[in-house]
Amino acid sequence: MGEKRKIALTVNGKRYEEEVEVRWTLADFIRHQLGLTGTHLGCEHGVCGACTILVDGRSARSCLMLAVQADGHDLLTVEGIAPSPDELHPLQQAFHENHGLQCGFCTPGILTTLIEFLRDNPDPTEQEVRIAISGNLCRCTGYQNIVIAALDAAKRLRAGEWR
Amino acid sequence: MKPPPFSYHDPRTVADAVALLGRLDNAKLLAGGQSLMPMLNFRFVQPDHIIDLNRVEGLSYIREANGALEIGAMTRQRDLEFSDVVRARLPIMHEALLQVGHRQTRNRGTIGGSLCHLDPAAELVSLATGYDATVTVAGPSGERQIPFAQFPVAYMTPAIEPNEILVGVRFPQWAPRHGYAFVEFSRRHGDFAITSAAALIEADAGGKITRASVTIGGMGTAPSRARELEQALTGQAPSAQLFRDACESCRKLEAIDDIHAPASYRQHLAAVLSRRALEKAHARLTGADAAQARPH
Repeated sequence: MGEKRKIALTVNGKRYEEEVEVRWTLADFIRHQLGLTGTHLGCEHGVCGACTILVDGRSARSCLMLAVQADGHDLLTVEGIAPSPDELHPLQQAFHENHGLQCGFCTPGILTTLIEFLRDNPDPTEQEVRIAISGNLCRCTGYQNIVIAALDAAKRLRAGEWR
Repeated sequence: MKPPPFSYHDPRTVADAVALLGRLDNAKLLAGGQSLMPMLNFRFVQPDHIIDLNRVEGLSYIREANGALEIGAMTRQRDLEFSDVVRARLPIMHEALLQVGHRQTRNRGTIGGSLCHLDPAAELVSLATGYDATVTVAGPSGERQIPFAQFPVAYMTPAIEPNEILVGVRFPQWAPRHGYAFVEFSRRHGDFAITSAAALIEADAGGKITRASVTIGGMGTAPSRARELEQALTGQAPSAQLFRDACESCRKLEAIDDIHAPASYRQHLAAVLSRRALEKAHARLTGADAAQARPH
């Protein structure tokens, strides 16, 4: 086994104190050590966007961070988006109703990316949405319904469906 | 794949980081990680030690000083993108940053990491070239300055000694009223550009160009200034014809052949993109673009 470190962090509102191998990526730590397998790994070199999570509210590729670097930080993964186990976030509801996913592999990264984007830009144009998700590869949908879902989610959020 | 085993160090001061760098063999500095982490994941690099700069204090700042903008090496690309002072004093940087990767990578990526990685197509490297920026590096015997023209010594190789760390970069400001544009061609938004052009111009009261800087990226081992074009513009009254004729000299710039494009295509892009950048810069200088909505 390689060198290890103790880290303390918050993930989806829950506090964790863990010992991690320093060479582990944050993505592997989240999946294998915390068991939160909603964060997906596609390319492992920062191209596909499937592993996107929020670090202190900012989107980041979790395959391009070391787990030790998350010490003291606050993370949000796809598991932390919905308000409760039986209720979807308006963004998730919009994806559900607009067929914004097929196989679903890229979806966690797209949802986390859009959480940040719609917070910063609540009334985006279609072009702005397309640029926002340009770092997330989807091989099923052709993006059309993802864009429609994102715009629908923006409308729902503006209407105050959430907080 | 997964990173190979290494020892991890997270110093809190530049002095401690420099000391570690001098003491440890086969050590790599980790800044934003948007280039080093993929290389670690693929084991293209196998360092024995990682020295993480993310907890070093005092390396993240944007400040105006003596007619220049000084930026700390660990300043995130996102913080530059959203900075009011950058938009006001270095507006070309805002435009260039929107073409650097994606929001998810700009949230982590740093200006110092980008400059040291020194990709020939990197937008921030082109800007440092076009502005004749000065980088500050810290080593065991203190700090020293390196003019950016002397910074790239070979393909993706900066003029930094193995025991030195880049701590900041200084961009001298152009006149408050100047024309600027950063344009690039890439197959997909956020990809590295096949070729890019960064243009800056100033003009006198009569409208004649008094100063021009045009940098072409993605062509060779590092971005380079289109000196012949700059000279052809200086002292001239801007016109579509002038830009079209003068930019032809960019076809003579050296260019590489690779999987993405042959050299002749890059040279063609250099002429086209430099013309587009100059036209856009000129429109901004004269206010002709004021009616148009801001992109993004």
